[in-house]
Amino acid sequence: MIVQRLAGRLGLSELAFVAIVAGLAVLVPLANLTMPEGSLLHVSNASVVLFGKWMCYALLALSLDLVWGYCGILSLGHGAFFALGGYAMGMYLMRTIGTRGVYGNALLPDFMVFLNWKELPFTWYFFDWFGYAALMVMLVPGILAFVLGWFAFRSRVTGVYLSIITQAVTYALQLAFFRNDMGFGGNNGLTDFKDILGFQVQAQSTRAALFALSALALLGGFAAAKAIVSSKLGLVLVAIRDAETRTRFIGYRVEHYKLFVFVVSAVMAGIAGALYVPQVGIINPSEFSPANSIEAVIWVAVGGRGTLVGAALGAVLVNAAKTWLTAALPTLWLFVLGALFILVTLFLPRGIVGTFGAKFLGRRGTK
Amino acid sequence: MNAGRTTDALLYLDGVSVSFDGFKALNQLALLIAPGEMRAIVGPNGAGKTTMMDVITGKTRPDTGDVLFDGGRHDLTRLDEATIAELGIGRKFQKPTVFESHTVEDNLRLALKAPRSVFPTLAARRTAEEKARLDELFATVKLDAQRRTQAGGLSHGQKQWLEIGMLLAQDPALLLVDEPVAGMTDAETFETAELLKRINRTHSVVVVEHDMAFVRELGVKVTVLHEGSVLAEGTIDQVSADQRVVEVYLGR
Ligand SMILES: Nc1ncnc2c1ncn2[C@@H]1O[C@H](COP(=O)(O)OP(=O)(O)O)[C@@H](O)[C@H]1O
Ligand SMILES: [Mg+2]
Repeated sequence: MIVQRLAGRLGLSELAFVAIVAGLAVLVPLANLTMPEGSLLHVSNASVVLFGKWMCYALLALSLDLVWGYCGILSLGHGAFFALGGYAMGMYLMRTIGTRGVYGNALLPDFMVFLNWKELPFTWYFFDWFGYAALMVMLVPGILAFVLGWFAFRSRVTGVYLSIITQAVTYALQLAFFRNDMGFGGNNGLTDFKDILGFQVQAQSTRAALFALSALALLGGFAAAKAIVSSKLGLVLVAIRDAETRTRFIGYRVEHYKLFVFVVSAVMAGIAGALYVPQVGIINPSEFSPANSIEAVIWVAVGGRGTLVGAALGAVLVNAAKTWLTAALPTLWLFVLGALFILVTLFLPRGIVGTFGAKFLGRRGTK
Repeated sequence: MNAGRTTDALLYLDGVSVSFDGFKALNQLALLIAPGEMRAIVGPNGAGKTTMMDVITGKTRPDTGDVLFDGGRHDLTRLDEATIAELGIGRKFQKPTVFESHTVEDNLRLALKAPRSVFPTLAARRTAEEKARLDELFATVKLDAQRRTQAGGLSHGQKQWLEIGMLLAQDPALLLVDEPVAGMTDAETFETAELLKRINRTHSVVVVEHDMAFVRELGVKVTVLHEGSVLAEGTIDQVSADQRVVEVYLGR
């Protein structure tokens, strides 16, 4: 029923997006696991991990587009929600290592033994249980977004001030997570994971499954975001983006709407981070780096904000370019990224999908 | 509640004064609007027309005087803007602001009387009832052909009508309309007069306007404001024959 209602609202670009991502979710694992190495159809192990990362970035971009593209909230701290989701997953992965760590301590992760800690900090309680960790993946970013949004939106902090606050939050978190006494592994972060839900993290089949899950999460995030933006609430979000005072004047409590979409978006970003960590095998404070959040904004700008599919496309394209360029000309990447942002802002203010694909978006796809 | 004053008037102003730094923008203003009435308020620039609207909608507190609504049931000088809007006084400002990237229909949908909180709005479905309300509004504001047009693409006049439609969508008992035809073509001005007359069949209206041809078109009782108080009241022919009114308008 819901699926049907949603499908009826999709435009050509969106149907193509759904078909491609669903296709990849099936074909990439198949091509990796069943095709012989050396075959043209074989997808290498490294590529599976790389594509899996892109799926997570695409979900992060989608979540950012929901707040920025549709509600005008330019968050420069979305990387923080991604990293928090990642840490929650990392804590589960650490605790499942158990006695297989270097120090063989059944309860304490290696870095705690190394720091001479005797007891597990309460923040780590229950993280050996996957269900709890999965809940925290969503709850921790969601609560941070709620608290931050509660204060910021109520005091009507908007525009560049809000951007600066979000940027400051991710920076502060980075500094905090660097500290050993925070109990999250300091600057080394969490790593050396062994297995997830009983499957070996390093096993190729697990990686293929994680890729497929990431693609499905991207589809799920898209479905949720699309349902939101094509509801009446979605109309209110765009109304807030375009004429906030007027929206308030006809009786909508703008701060509640902003808070809602900010929290939903943070939860999506957290899920993206949680799927990312087992694939790359590490989470450390650099994930909180302000530059990461800014990069995510560039993905969305390149793909086209306020289009959802554009945000996902932008994330994949920019990261593909990054992978290629950092191999070919490593020192150039930051300049290219900066130039890309300037060029897009000047010549393609609506991004790739906003400019070329607007006709093919479903209802209320873009401006 | 006011102290025992009785009136049949929908809107009752008496002895209302507002001064800004000693300058009297309103000076012992008295005005009665009957239920179902449409009234035109005219007067030269600076006469206090907008200030009067501000007082009625709670944006400005008068220094003295009574401002009562709905047969004396509500003392508007004690209520804030949101409460007054909820009581059923809708105001259209001079400069139109519509949601430019939404279609005309979506603009009206957003303005329709409906729960305004987050989750009911998320779950809201298009109902037959909503459609009937929208059809009714479109019949009034005559923007049916633009239903699916983005509001940003409307002409100035059409934006004004859409904004009036959005006001109407909230179904207020009294509409305050400030200079609706400023910047409109003659044809649009005529259309706007027709629109207000249609609206007046089911709503009380107070319209402030400079444009005398427009006021004549409305064909309703006219109140002339000058230096913050009522200079003359009557039909358009009566007031334009009034020597003092002629002086105020021509003597500028
Ligand atoms: N907030 C204010 N502060 C100071 N003076 C004001 C303010 N609002 C209005 N006035 C003055 O009060 C007088 C009446 O203004 P207004 O009600 O806007 O007139 P109208 O709408 O009839 O042109 C004008 O002289 C104006 O300059
Ligand atoms: Mg005025």
